[in-house]
Amino acid sequence: MAQTDGDREMADVDATAGADANGTEGDSVREKQRLRLLPGSTDTAASFAFEKEDHTLGNALRYMIMKNPDVEFCGYSIPHPSETVMNLRIQTWDNVSVYDVLRRGLSDLAELCDVVEDKFTVARDEFNAAHPDRVAAK
Amino acid sequence: MPSWAPLSATELAERQRGLSEEQLQQRRIVNVNPETVTHVSATDIPGHWGPGQDDSWDIERFKQNLRFKFHQNKPYDSAFSLIGVDASIANAYRRILMSEIPTLAIEDVFIFDNTTIIQDEVLASRLGLIPLTGGQEALTWLRWYRKPPPKDDFASQATWPYDVDDNDADSATPNDHNTIVITLKVECRWATQAEDGRDGRRLAKEGETDPNERYVNSNIYAHQLVFEPQGDQAKHFSGENAIKPVNPDILIAKLRPGQRINLRCHCIKGIGMDHAKYSPVATASYRLLPDINITQPILGADAKKFQRCFPRGVIDLVKDGDSREEKAVVADPMKDTVSRECLRHDEFKDKVKLGRIRDHFIFSIESTGQFESDELFLDSVRLLRAKAERFNRHLTELEDGR
Repeated sequence: MAQTDGDREMADVDATAGADANGTEGDSVREKQRLRLLPGSTDTAASFAFEKEDHTLGNALRYMIMKNPDVEFCGYSIPHPSETVMNLRIQTWDNVSVYDVLRRGLSDLAELCDVVEDKFTVARDEFNAAHPDRVAAK
Repeated sequence: MPSWAPLSATELAERQRGLSEEQLQQRRIVNVNPETVTHVSATDIPGHWGPGQDDSWDIERFKQNLRFKFHQNKPYDSAFSLIGVDASIANAYRRILMSEIPTLAIEDVFIFDNTTIIQDEVLASRLGLIPLTGGQEALTWLRWYRKPPPKDDFASQATWPYDVDDNDADSATPNDHNTIVITLKVECRWATQAEDGRDGRRLAKEGETDPNERYVNSNIYAHQLVFEPQGDQAKHFSGENAIKPVNPDILIAKLRPGQRINLRCHCIKGIGMDHAKYSPVATASYRLLPDINITQPILGADAKKFQRCFPRGVIDLVKDGDSREEKAVVADPMKDTVSRECLRHDEFKDKVKLGRIRDHFIFSIESTGQFESDELFLDSVRLLRAKAERFNRHLTELEDGR
């Protein structure tokens, strides 16, 4: 049921964008845990299962985690096309905790999106102001 | 030499230094050769070059390098360049645009009467694919409707209400917060003098073949769908904000006298992953900016020929300073299609290098009309952010439970 995918995310988006007009969403959001630790993991080498995620988060997160110099290996896979699960493998150098690495990857990704959103808005507003017909002069 | 060949002493020494500005620019380019592509993968990963190059994530550096350049920003068709991100990020935005931003579409069609030649299921499918629009704020105000699984689908029944939103207990029943009602009640008949100012039967006898003249309601268009606000919806979807098809002239069915359609549609919020009708974009795609590097001057008649190897506007001819000959220069690589035509000619083979810029994405987002293209891109960025934050919370939970 992929439909649930967009669900909470959009609720989150509403909350951050302040677009939830009627404000009926409670403060205590009860969420289904969608992150699992796969068996056989240690503190420096672990695989996580992200439920109801695919290449969208998988590849983006893989990149952000690989940008961390403490990471020896990071890769993701979708073990079966009809199961909506994405597995992410992280191995680190020098006893760095995989949890810290994953957390940093996720917050870096969120931070990146903030920057993209800000820059996009600025660029768009400048463009709209400079081009009333909304087309760049060729 | 393969990339895994051992490094010489000079190369090893080079690895101790960081990349020069020129090398940094060079690694942004994907080489397009006559028959092959090389340097396909991004190499901005720590440890790829050597200890001298710092490729670790740095938000400040990212901020400096990230650039947007708009080419067009029409409400439902926008094109812009996103410069300075990795393909994995740009691709995530594109994927979210197509399949994860929720929109409103007809989901259930209750057919009370359909005596036309178009079958119920075909009619329902056609209705579902009609893009709808309405007040932007009101559309985001809509909540999710979780459709209970069919009674004979025991596998889904077993997990139901696994997928029901805990915070919205009413999500499994259609109500004014999650369902929009649209009706269509039409009947085709002969045109009459009294009602339509023309007698269809007489026209037919005289040889009139145009169904629009002979009949009334022979073509059913999307604008004949009637939005019926329920409960609170009257407030949110009033006047201009009413739910209506983006294009009023979409043909739904063709009728002949005596044929009737009487149906009610329930529209709900959904995502493109479930059905393409929910996708907010007609197309959302990107391409990499082509790069044309003329390494040796191309002059005179060759320059003219070179210019003709590319689409119009890509190559300009300018007067060369000393020889007063015409010289080929790159004017607008964005218009290039990277056809590699110039590499087929021996005279240009060694004078030009083609490529694409790895981190320059020319996005093109065509909206179906429910939301504006630029807002859709912002939504995709927010959605990716929300995904990351969600799993950050889940990670905390996971660690606590460990």
